[in-house]
Amino acid sequence: MILRVIERTAVLLVSLAVSSVLVFGFLAVLPGDPARVALGVNASEEAVTQLRQQFGLDRPLTTQYADWLAGLSHGDFGVSYISKAPIGPQLADRFQVTLWLVLAGMVIALLIAVPAGTVMAARHRKVSGLVLSAVSQVGVAVPAFLAGILLIMLFAVKLGWLPANGWTPPAEDPAMFVKQLILPALSLGLVQGAVLTRYVRSAVLDVLREDYLRTARAKGLRPFPALWRHGLRNAAVPVVTVLGLQLATLLIGAVVVERVFVIPGLGSLLLDGVSQRDLLLVQNVVMVLVVAVLLVNFLVDLLYVALDPRLRASR
Amino acid sequence: MVGLVAEPASLDFTTTDGAAIPQALLGNVYNGLVKQDESGKIVPDLAKSWTLSPDRKTYTFTLVDNAKFTNGQAFTADDAVFSIERVQTAWTTSLKSAMAVVESAKATSATELTVTLTKPSNDWLFRMTTRIGAMFDKTGVDKLATDPVGTGPYKFGSWKRGDSIVLQRNDQYWGTKPYFGQVTLKYFKDPNALNNALLSGTIDVIGTVQAPEALSQFNGNGKYQVIEGTTNGEVLLSFNNSRPVFKDLRVRQGIRAAIDHKALLDTCFAGRGKLIGSMVPPTDPWYEDLTGVAPYDQAKAKSLLQAAGATGKTLRLRLPTLPYATSCGQVVKSQLEQAGLKVQIDQLEFPAAWLTAVLKNADYDLSIIAHVEPRDLGAVFNAQYYTRYDDPTLQQHVAAADAGDEATQVSEMRKAARRLSEQAAADWLFLIPNLIVADKDVKGLPQNAITESFDLSRLSR
Repeated sequence: MILRVIERTAVLLVSLAVSSVLVFGFLAVLPGDPARVALGVNASEEAVTQLRQQFGLDRPLTTQYADWLAGLSHGDFGVSYISKAPIGPQLADRFQVTLWLVLAGMVIALLIAVPAGTVMAARHRKVSGLVLSAVSQVGVAVPAFLAGILLIMLFAVKLGWLPANGWTPPAEDPAMFVKQLILPALSLGLVQGAVLTRYVRSAVLDVLREDYLRTARAKGLRPFPALWRHGLRNAAVPVVTVLGLQLATLLIGAVVVERVFVIPGLGSLLLDGVSQRDLLLVQNVVMVLVVAVLLVNFLVDLLYVALDPRLRASR
Repeated sequence: MVGLVAEPASLDFTTTDGAAIPQALLGNVYNGLVKQDESGKIVPDLAKSWTLSPDRKTYTFTLVDNAKFTNGQAFTADDAVFSIERVQTAWTTSLKSAMAVVESAKATSATELTVTLTKPSNDWLFRMTTRIGAMFDKTGVDKLATDPVGTGPYKFGSWKRGDSIVLQRNDQYWGTKPYFGQVTLKYFKDPNALNNALLSGTIDVIGTVQAPEALSQFNGNGKYQVIEGTTNGEVLLSFNNSRPVFKDLRVRQGIRAAIDHKALLDTCFAGRGKLIGSMVPPTDPWYEDLTGVAPYDQAKAKSLLQAAGATGKTLRLRLPTLPYATSCGQVVKSQLEQAGLKVQIDQLEFPAAWLTAVLKNADYDLSIIAHVEPRDLGAVFNAQYYTRYDDPTLQQHVAAADAGDEATQVSEMRKAARRLSEQAAADWLFLIPNLIVADKDVKGLPQNAITESFDLSRLSR
């Protein structure tokens, strides 16, 4: 177990280092000059050159990279080229928003997937299982933004039950926070839930075919209690892995959903940053997203071992 | 609550370019000495009146005496001097160049200001109605990007980045106080989200409709009003006049004749907007309808292009990724191809990629973009700009207009606009309309959007 933790940590650190170089490198070769974009349509060449100096863009790339890392190492994310505001607090603000969105989406996805997937597996030869299966297929095919637009049309525009867009921090107005969170979280969660359902179904099906479950059934347990007592924990292993991998998709889905619902999260910050060539800002946002995904995968790996003792033995 | 599209990147228009900052702050948080009214006339703001010396070089302004900044400081002629001088020293955006003509600004008393120019310039007074004329407090310029201080009807309230800006009524305002105690400007990236926000009652006004084809959901619905006026946004099919193919007048005229402007406007802007025929919107005093200079005539277009030996040539139409440019670009392509040219469309991400490739390097044959600056004829058509249009006669007209009296200005600018159109320096596809959709009972919305400011002070219910 300890060996495995050390190994995973090393992989994590190497991945972080490599991705920081990649993020920096890709942005450095992105066409479009930040200083020119900041100064707009009629800027003179001298003004652009002057601003490039002010941004530090005239220095060698290695120096810029080193400075960026040095800053990050003591929590200094630098100052946005365009808004002149410190990036750190903005990131923290936006990250919270996206985190709420992703977590709520995840919870909804699990609430859908675990029962639906289990039922689908347990009744996979019955009509109810087949119907559920077909419904989830449709869900898999629908992109989150489309789900979002449809939800807005129905619940905001037609029925007027929930706001079509906007964001209120939970501390400011909890009721409004929940109201505004429901539709975007649903559009993420419904789609993710449909995807996840398929995994839960196949995981549970696998478990159902295991000898120990047959033994449990033979001892007289009815199918669902048997699954509950002996099967779900085992079925959880592959599902947790998928969940970790899905988190990356969920983050990307959140970027789009933030656009549709006008939510000031990391996604909208990223898009603004890219279009304004606010390179330092983009660099940091992407890095935060990369760190989040890598960390989750790291934790999933560890959780995996904790859930299934057999994996410990194999190491 | 007013829904708008482009959120400002910063609140400091002295160092950050873009239309979104003055849209929110100019006229609302900041006042100028003078401003433009809805019809395009220059009228008093913080200056009650002004006189111009016979040599047209010295302006004497009499200022209002009861204006106060929102930080409590009184507004005096010293602040005006400070603000004017600061444009030359501290501003970094390109617009500062309009202030270069000022030789000196002096406060002769608390309410009297003299500004001397190095040469007569009508344009200077006009530019004073734009953001460079905004009046700042000497002690209030440290935090322009986050906490602007002005003398306007509203004071800056708060800014939720990525979401909205709140303006509070300035209860010490020296003029007519606004009806609403608070106005929120809410920013949307996506036109559908903006429309949905109005439909679901989150906002009361869509300040600028970006996708006119979506208007059908509001038209004929008793709950909403649709306002259509004009702007300064000329949508240009620009020619790179430094390319050999465009040196031939017949090619330029051929392209203009090949385009059916009415059909184009119907297809790519839902028929909203106005056909202009040159670089002048109808709200400028020297406007003339020049759509007759180059009417749609496909046979003529074909023969002009043939005579110039351009038939079959391939032109590169490099479009910024803006909705109107993308959709109008397709129409332009098909119409030019009907006249015998080949057109290769090439999409460039806007702003970054387009600014570098087309605007800076002039690496294009044709492009489509809206020029929204007011009175920008001289700035857009010159040899240094990406149009690469080098025409001494045009520049003479523009210079004479700037130096002369009002009548001369009007007649010279008319000549300039006509020359541009006759020389086919570009093609003017249409003028972007000002389209506002609002709840039926919202009053005081501006019909024309010809200034940089979105005037919120006259809104009421």
